[in-house]
Formats: sequence, structure tokens, C-alpha cells
Amino acid sequence: MASRISKFALSSLSALAVMLIAGVAFAADGGADNEFTMKAWIGIAAGLGMGLAAFGGALGQGRTAAAALDGIARNPGAQNKIFTPMILGLALIESLVIYSLIISILLQGKI
Amino acid sequence: MGDHSTWFNLHPDYDNLQNWAAKYLARDWHGMMFEKDPPFSITHVVISLFILVVLAMGAVVYRKKVAVGAEGRLIPEKKLLGTRNIFEMITGLVLSLSEGVMGREKAERFLPLIGTVFFFILFNNIIGLIPGFLPATDTLKTNLALSALIFLMTHVYGVKAHGLAYFKHFFGPVWYLAWLMFPIELISHLARPISLALRLLGNMVADHKVLATFFFLVPLLVPLPFYVLGILVCVVQAVVFTLLSIVYIELAVAHEEH
Repeated sequence: MASRISKFALSSLSALAVMLIAGVAFAADGGADNEFTMKAWIGIAAGLGMGLAAFGGALGQGRTAAAALDGIARNPGAQNKIFTPMILGLALIESLVIYSLIISILLQGKI
Repeated sequence: MGDHSTWFNLHPDYDNLQNWAAKYLARDWHGMMFEKDPPFSITHVVISLFILVVLAMGAVVYRKKVAVGAEGRLIPEKKLLGTRNIFEMITGLVLSLSEGVMGREKAERFLPLIGTVFFFILFNNIIGLIPGFLPATDTLKTNLALSALIFLMTHVYGVKAHGLAYFKHFFGPVWYLAWLMFPIELISHLARPISLALRLLGNMVADHKVLATFFFLVPLLVPLPFYVLGILVCVVQAVVFTLLSIVYIELAVAHEEH
């Protein structure tokens, strides 16, 4: 179990390291630091930020739905009382993803 | 951030009104976020006024249907979606939401403010789903106005309930931690209206863009699930805004038990 987690951690860290090192190689390519490199970074930031936020939001909402479904499975008569707080929790978790969406839209408008 | 014209643009004097308003109200400085400002538009004002007219007319019709005497108030209307039933269902929803947080007596005291906010946001969100209209809540201007109102009223209600000792809440429970608690409380208090406004804005803009994208791709039957999602998002976001304002008012007004 521990070796599976550390293998996953090792592989994701190495992928991240390769991507960052590759970025440095492009910068040393001799291009002047003009407007297009700024636009490139803004493009990457917009897409990557939104992706990370969606990833975290999906994890959180998945846990919420799982807990709600567990509660309904234990006590099927409590479905109506569980439904409303579950929707509320989903909306509040989603609001954090929406903040990142707003930043991504603003960044994408600057390209 | 609406970007298409509405049915109100068909009025022949609409452009004149917009240019006249732009003469006095347009700004030539731009906020730090926008490099090119979106063009000046009074769409959100026009749609807000339209919603206000709809709500006022609904209130007048409701009053007419109820003023039949004591029996008229007790006997419900026969049609499921009649005016009286819709308004009573929505008010009952708001009352039950606030009763769960505040208790019956305080819920009835704050019902005018909270109920109006809920009606306004709900009707605005729903009208954005009708093709040719834009929700007034997809501009930061409307949302910041609503959340600034809620922010102001929480402090007014807090001062009315506690007197000037209300501001001692900012300093935390003990006096020797006040230097730490004060910035934390200040930032958390300032983050509340901003988060309320941004949550509603982001949901409405994203919802509209998703619908527009799928309309553009396949106009025939595919947007239907997204319409269902849109209705759910509209109702849920109105409920979340209202419930959070109820919680903020309750935090300001609550008397601590000893």
C-alpha cells in the first residue's frame, strides 16, 4: 500500500520536473522576451489553473455525494432531509472552483 | 459580462438612452483587471427594472386575490401554478430556510429584506434562461450592490441588537489576542460580500456560456439537459445567496449564551 502511494508520488513528481525543465530549455532558445512569451505564460496559467481547481473541486464534491449516499443507504426514509444540505454543500464547494474560473476568464481575456 | 443584445434593444430609443447614459456615467479609467473595458451597456439596469415591474405586478395581483375576507386567506388557490400559489410557495421556502437558522420570531422580523433579495435573485436568474434576455445578476455591478446591501444591513442589525458593544466582537474573546484577531476578523468580514457576489456572478456567466456553446454546436435537442442544469443552478444559487445572508445576519444578531 505504501509502495503504491510512493510510486504514484514519484511518478507525478518526475513528470512535473520534466515539464518544468523543458520550459527552461525553451526560454534559452534565443527568443527575445517579447509580448508573446507573456501571452504564452498567461495562456498556460489560465488553462492549468482552471484544471487544478476542477480537480480539487471534483474531489470535494465526490466526498460530499458519497457521504450523502451513505446516509441515504443507512436510512432511506431520510432522503428528503439529506438532499437539501447535500445540495447546499455542493454549491459551496463549487463556489471555490468558480473563483478560479473567474480568474481564468480574466486571464484569457488578456491574451 | 453579457455580450449579446436583448429584446429590449429592439426599442427604437434604446441606443439613444444608452448613449445619453454613457455621457454621464461611462468611465475612462479601468480597473486593474481589465485592459480593455467591455463597452458601456445599460442592459442590467433595464432588466432589473423589468424584474421589479414583474414583481410589483405580481404583488398587486396577489393582494387582489387575497382580499376576499377571512375565508379567502385560508382557502388555497386551485391552479397549481397560479400567482398566489407561486408567491406563497417561495415565501414559505424562504421562511423555512431562515427558521432553521434563526428561529421563528427573528425569521419573521428579517423576512422583508431576505425575501426580497431571494425573489430578485431568483427571477433574475430564471429570466436569463429565456432566449433573448440576459440575467442582471451576471454583471459584477448588480451582485456587488446586493452583497453590499447585505453587508451594510448585517452591521446595522448588529448595532441595533447589541449597541456599540457590537464592535467588541472584532477583538476576539480575550483582550490580549486582540492584535491578532482584529485583522483576521476584518478580512473575513470583507471577504463575505465579495465571495457572495463572485459566486453568483461566476455561476451565471458560466451557465450562460455553456448554454450558448451548446446552442452553437447542436441547436436541436442537445441543449435540453443543459437547460435542466441551468434551472437547477439558478435556484440553488439563489438559495445559497439567501442562506448565507441569513447566516451572516444571525451571526451579527445572536446573543451569546453564558
